[in-house]
Amino acid sequence: MTETPQNPKSAILLLGCPEVPVQMAIALYMAHNLQKRGTGVLATGNPSVLNLLKVSDPEKHYIPQTMILDKCIEEIVEKRRTCDLCVVFAHNDAGIQYAATMRFLLPDTRLVVIIFGKTPEVLDETATFPCEKIVDKAVHNPMQLKNKINGVFGWAA
Amino acid sequence: MGCIESLKYEMILPLGASFKECLAYVEKNYKEVWYVDPGYKLFDSYLIGLPPIGIGLDGPRIVFPYTKPCHGTYLLGIEDAEEADRVRKTARKKK
Repeated sequence: MTETPQNPKSAILLLGCPEVPVQMAIALYMAHNLQKRGTGVLATGNPSVLNLLKVSDPEKHYIPQTMILDKCIEEIVEKRRTCDLCVVFAHNDAGIQYAATMRFLLPDTRLVVIIFGKTPEVLDETATFPCEKIVDKAVHNPMQLKNKINGVFGWAA
Repeated sequence: MGCIESLKYEMILPLGASFKECLAYVEKNYKEVWYVDPGYKLFDSYLIGLPPIGIGLDGPRIVFPYTKPCHGTYLLGIEDAEEADRVRKTARKKK
């Protein structure tokens, strides 16, 4: 894995199923913090999660670019898209599988997997590929997870 | 499920099966098992999952894991002789 610059030029936030409330708050928080440090942010996920983002951020202040997940995967496989930082939100087995896929497809990219939800410790054990992991039993309250993210990215609380 | 949804498929494992369980099922129940990496194109969709991804073949029948963010991994079976032959030519036998 190559060394990642302190402030990556481009980041992909890969969102999971929107059924766990903290995901939306943390996604907007991360996009805000990355963008104000000069990182271009693309959020990808299924139509439901992207619609939640678009309704929450109608003027695209926080997340200027969104893309349907299948299309994003296609562009990465075909080497038409890459990024310096990839953050995958995982609160179920599918999220871990998407993270493993991104690890394989983007071997030189910094990969951070945010493992959350009701049983993050179980999911954590299944993420056996090289990545940075932020693990927290967060469902409704994002504060502890936010603090852990601040620590990993060196952002002030 | 994108274009795969429009095909005639059989759901072999119920919803809620993990990707690992799908791989174990394929390896246990199919004599002809091939392996591919994530991003492998099957039925115009890109396979997702921790490599290696196991695909079971039985003549024209292809059994493979299909992952979606909300539902997790489905283990699906689809009959397509041409696609099965393409797997035999492009996938690998060893993990």
